[in-house]
Amino acid sequence: MIEREQVLHVARLSRLRLSEDEIDILTGELASILDHVDKLAEVDIEGVEPTSHVVPLENVLRADEPRPSLDREVALSQAPDPHDGAFRVPSPQAEA
Amino acid sequence: MAVNELLAASGAETAAMIDSGEVDAGEVLDFWLDRVAADELNGYLWKADRESARAGIRGSGGPLAGVPVAIKDIFCTEGVPTTAASRILDGYIPPYTSTSVSRLTEAGLPMLGKTNMDEFAMGSSNENSAYGPSLNPWDRGRVPGGSSGGSAAVVAGGLAPWALGTDTGGSIRQPAGFCGIVGLKPTYGAISRYGMIAFASSLDQCGPLTRDVTDSALLLATLQGRDEMDSTSVGIEGGIVSPTAERLDGLTFGVPRGLIGAGIESGVLARFEDTLIRIAELGGTIVDIELPHAGHAISAYYVLAPAEASTNLSRYDGVRYGLRSSDEDLLSMYEVTREDGFGPEVKRRIMLGTYALSSGYYDAYYGRAQRVRTRIVEDFDNAFGSVDFVVTPTSPTVAFKLGEKTKDPWTMYQSDLFTVPMSLAGIPAISIPAGLAEPDGGGPELPVGFQIAAPAFAEQKLLEAAFALEAAIEFDGSPALEGGVN
Repeated sequence: MIEREQVLHVARLSRLRLSEDEIDILTGELASILDHVDKLAEVDIEGVEPTSHVVPLENVLRADEPRPSLDREVALSQAPDPHDGAFRVPSPQAEA
Repeated sequence: MAVNELLAASGAETAAMIDSGEVDAGEVLDFWLDRVAADELNGYLWKADRESARAGIRGSGGPLAGVPVAIKDIFCTEGVPTTAASRILDGYIPPYTSTSVSRLTEAGLPMLGKTNMDEFAMGSSNENSAYGPSLNPWDRGRVPGGSSGGSAAVVAGGLAPWALGTDTGGSIRQPAGFCGIVGLKPTYGAISRYGMIAFASSLDQCGPLTRDVTDSALLLATLQGRDEMDSTSVGIEGGIVSPTAERLDGLTFGVPRGLIGAGIESGVLARFEDTLIRIAELGGTIVDIELPHAGHAISAYYVLAPAEASTNLSRYDGVRYGLRSSDEDLLSMYEVTREDGFGPEVKRRIMLGTYALSSGYYDAYYGRAQRVRTRIVEDFDNAFGSVDFVVTPTSPTVAFKLGEKTKDPWTMYQSDLFTVPMSLAGIPAISIPAGLAEPDGGGPELPVGFQIAAPAFAEQKLLEAAFALEAAIEFDGSPALEGGVN
């Protein structure tokens, strides 16, 4: 069972500032989804390897040759606040 | 030539008309752009202007040159707004083009526009689009399915000859089924994912939504192949050719009866059983099989896909592109931007995925789900030891009403009951129209999808079987082209 405190913790990990309403709704919804997901405990997974990728591939390499990448101007063209050839962000100070 | 001839033509038929000189590519493009301009299905989020679309007609002389295509708004396209139907990418103009769109462009297919979808491909009804849902062309009070709902609606509703979509847990097959068209999810790794906005990277795969099986083969042949920009892409050995099979002699079709039980509409089941009879008439053999763990697929999927999504979507942070909502301090900027930019389903999945990956819960949720995934892979391996194909209805229901399933997420997730197992196993599966059926509780007759799945990289064999079956079913999709049935 997921509690409101855990939802707040996960929201912070997720970098989401949720409204009070959203926190209430999500607490109920996540609890209900996890209830269903908990049925996975019925499956015998003793000695079973996890699958993270279905196509057998190993060490896919390419020649290590220098080549042009995006121009700085192009890479910055979609940035909300480009400045002096860089991505500018607000001060992290208040985070401490 | 009569204009409605173009409307009814498949991609292959249109290509043949252009090739024979019966119609020129400019006329074809104008015809479709006029259709797109009159879109009443909210199928398009962005529509190409005539001039830039015309520049897409190339004298490449390729077999598909000049047949326009609609692209799901999840494929980055240089200079063209690409939003994945999310507010967080409102106004985003990618500086590069996805490999799939490049391959279609090189083959001379002009782009008609970018189609509506569930935000970041998360949804089964198109109702999670930040720009309002696309509508089902058979009945505009109903959903087209999702997440490639816009692509399915425009192909079925006569607003594009064919379209590109993506499928993570059923997002091509389910909307194709709901709209009465063909949808193919290829084997994971058949087509490059480069430039396709990521949802769940171990599951996402690009594929075609088309009027018929031949068109799916043609687009797959163009799209498949190894791409050095996606190290998980391997392509299909030997390529793909247009299918020609007329019979199913010697082929065995496995029916996982244990999976096709509760919650399935009687009309859907009836069309499924009819189709099994067609298979037998064509010489195929039907046997019952067990997929003992497939019933757990939805639960495993709703751990794995959100977990991958929660990490993939961490890139939307207001720094390099997209929305930025606040300029207080850095942490607030991240949190407020993401709060404003993401819709409810995306937040739900980010939260669920972050929880499943968080310290203390990783093994219980993510680790366990990955092991259950292995069990499901083994189920299919075992099944394909004795059968050529696994068949199911594509969805437990026909297209449902707008708003019918938005209250409870888990109810909505059940829409993908039959499509998620194949996604977890990474195998190819196609949905073809199997006829019409009334929803439980009454209503207009609506399309029912029939799903056929094959072993990894057996797309050619899959397309041959689907082609033979399609000819026997003789589905008529014209009501949707002519304004629907309700």
